Amino acid sequence: MCLAVPGQVKSISERDGTLMADVDFGGVRKDVCLQYVPDAVVGEYVVVHVGFAIQRLDEDSAKQTLANFEQLGILEEEFGAK
Amino acid sequence: MKYLDEFSDPVLARRLLDQIHAATTRPWAMMEVCGGQTHSIIRHGIDQLLPDGIEMIHGPGCPVCVTPLEMIDRALAIAATPGVIFCSFGDMLRVPGSGRDLFTVKSAGADVRVVYSPLDALTIARDNPDREVVFFGIGFETTAPANAMTVYQARRLGVRNFSLLVSHVLVPPAIAAIMEAPNCRVQAFLAAGHVCSVMGTSLYPALAERYRVPIVVTGFEPLDILEGIRQTVVQLESGTHEVTNAYPRAVPPEGNVPARLMLEDVFEVTDRTWRGIGMIPASGWRLSARYRSFDAEERFAVGEIHTDESPLCRAGEVLQGHIKPHECSAFGKECTPRNPLGATMVSSEGACAAYYAYRRLDLVEVGA
Ligand code: SF4
Repeated sequence: MCLAVPGQVKSISERDGTLMADVDFGGVRKDVCLQYVPDAVVGEYVVVHVGFAIQRLDEDSAKQTLANFEQLGILEEEFGAK
Repeated sequence: MKYLDEFSDPVLARRLLDQIHAATTRPWAMMEVCGGQTHSIIRHGIDQLLPDGIEMIHGPGCPVCVTPLEMIDRALAIAATPGVIFCSFGDMLRVPGSGRDLFTVKSAGADVRVVYSPLDALTIARDNPDREVVFFGIGFETTAPANAMTVYQARRLGVRNFSLLVSHVLVPPAIAAIMEAPNCRVQAFLAAGHVCSVMGTSLYPALAERYRVPIVVTGFEPLDILEGIRQTVVQLESGTHEVTNAYPRAVPPEGNVPARLMLEDVFEVTDRTWRGIGMIPASGWRLSARYRSFDAEERFAVGEIHTDESPLCRAGEVLQGHIKPHECSAFGKECTPRNPLGATMVSSEGACAAYYAYRRLDLVEVGA
């Protein structure tokens, strides 16, 4: 649960008055709460921890981190699925 | 140097290592606070690539390991209550309470569910209005905003069958406690990057000044950690003790302002016991008065549960260096990594677990 993983915002919607996003983590898609990074836009990268975006990240660092995590099998560990 | 090719950019890693080697003239001991960083350091063999004199001391930054025994016992009592759906992150299931763990309670028929996010637990509560749904809210400042938002939503949406068992801990008071301990050997800290992503860096200059230690905000990937170590060594060698940020791409100085505001609203600071360490004043959060009705401890009247570590367990003595793990009579018998009795066997980085993994010859001799 410790890991915070970068992912790309694919779409943004409102659910029960809460900003939510569909986020792509190198192929794994998750619902993510966007309330703490409310000005994020589709296409941007955010750092996500236990289902919440906590910061934005530039694309290059995000992609590098994701590639690195994938190579080490960490993504699978974190999400329990490929 | 067999690990270097695992780095995302071995050339850059080599360059950082060369700079660290060139800058180091004498031994230094630095602590990486966060368990995620410990994991990365061990996994990539970073400690073995560093100059001989540089020692990485592993910090207490593993929320699973430091959750106190009485909190686990409260979780177990609530989870075993008929009608309850108990939700938790997966890694809490094996952490032992006084007698059992959540996994055992689940096998015995309790409805214990592993969720990815606390919001999933809130969804379960809305889908099961006739059941009480409890989420085990552990973690440092990185995790707390997620739990805070979930309680905020429960209140806003009027979900009354949801509550939070709160066991949040805070990093800066732990740094102070480590520096105040007798025989403290730590000369610098790699601060946990994602904690600072949320909280910013404003709390750290006072600590760096008071204890005259460099504090370098550091990320989690191998290159981030090498850069954090490089900045730390440069400071140590030049005798400065400042806060620097080696992870600026995810850590703005002010942190995450909406998250900090939410934390201030939902939580208030409280004393917390850390498993294996003891009570650290003002080192945790609990629900503030406005949200107290969502406190599982009160709802299930488990606040009074106080338990002692297993009478067999001598983790306290192990932690203070009084005995070696294999001198504990339970070592390798009643107590193993699969069935740990104490804090030092719970985490794979704990001393008892490390002895179990690497020093089993001692066990045979002792047992013979
Ligand atoms: S071996 Fe187990 S019981 Fe003994 S001190 Fe270590 S953790 Fe405690």
